[in-house]
Amino acid sequence: MRRIQPLAAACALALFGATLATAAPARADDAPVTIVIKDHKFQPAEVKIPANKRVTLLVDNQDATSEEFESGEMKVEKIVGGRKQIKVMVGPLKPGRYPFFGEFHEATAQGAVIAE
Amino acid sequence: MLASLIIVFREVLEAGLIVGIVLAATKGVAGRGRWVTLGIVGGITGSCVVAAFADGISALFADTGQELFNAGVLLVAVAMLAWHNAWMAQHGRELACDMKAVGRAVSSGETSLAALAVVIGVAVLREGSEVVLFLTGILASDDGGFATVVAGGLGGMALGALVSVLLYAGLLQIPTRHLFATTTWLLTLLAAGMAATATNFLAQAGILMAGGTVLWDTSGMLRDNSLIGQALHILVGYTDRPTAAQLAAYLAVVAGILLLTRWASRGNTPTNGPRMVSPAE
Repeated sequence: MRRIQPLAAACALALFGATLATAAPARADDAPVTIVIKDHKFQPAEVKIPANKRVTLLVDNQDATSEEFESGEMKVEKIVGGRKQIKVMVGPLKPGRYPFFGEFHEATAQGAVIAE
Repeated sequence: MLASLIIVFREVLEAGLIVGIVLAATKGVAGRGRWVTLGIVGGITGSCVVAAFADGISALFADTGQELFNAGVLLVAVAMLAWHNAWMAQHGRELACDMKAVGRAVSSGETSLAALAVVIGVAVLREGSEVVLFLTGILASDDGGFATVVAGGLGGMALGALVSVLLYAGLLQIPTRHLFATTTWLLTLLAAGMAATATNFLAQAGILMAGGTVLWDTSGMLRDNSLIGQALHILVGYTDRPTAAQLAAYLAVVAGILLLTRWASRGNTPTNGPRMVSPAE
């Protein structure tokens, strides 16, 4: 019997974490900022967003191949399928320049968000 | 070709490091090779399935399927690591003191091994599905080719395996009586880092709205996407710009696992004298 207890407690720990996460309020309502991927390049390569608030980025992949939209600076990492779109929430960001890139085509797929 | 090899390697690095730690943490436990292999093979199989249904998964839950999937599997891994550490707290002394006693613990050891196999499977699954999507993308494009995919895929995986072997060999330099204490800490920090990463995915999905403020920035010293930064990110959860939510999740998991292991080892053994095997086990 005693062997079961750690498993139960481990599950409780995970549930506790999950509850913390889902207890947060719903999403922001502002219109998303669109970034298009075409020929493994971002268009526009630089986008301006308001600083100090949550912003939704819409990444529209017009290539046939998958891409991974990634930015360590903005803490996002999401696969965009070929001819698909994804949304990611970023921020609140302090004013500054936040580079992002497409991990699957890093040589050409480079861009940045300017928060101001 | 080199570029694809590097990308595959960076993706499999996480799984490689985790396999190395798990192998060290299960030194002397019978049947571990089978479970580790099962975790890797299961993870690779799962990667192909996830990659095949990537668009479908992504579209789930109002387009937050990808984040929820990542956060979900990470939290499963956190729970499995917590459970393993609790098991080690109950049985670790037998492993360290008396290798013959291991035989007794094998049946319950299997459950703990299964938990670690899940952790490995999850690590392979998460990064593996990205590798599959990346490599199939090269296959589909004109400039790439079969040779690139094979070289990148196999070469990257071989490097990942090398990392496992090196880390395992390194950890085995630690004397046995300290080895399990070390791996328990490594697994705890691994779990904490995974929980912190999970909060990132929840924030990115717009589910976790609080705690998005970056607390400090050490990217000037060590960047996340440098090789050392990435290795430390996997091993101890290092991140150059932690958010409040990440730090909270990290500390909560470290504290939670410490309490859990302390509680699990309570009543384990009297401090002196040989351990009595109770019928309840």
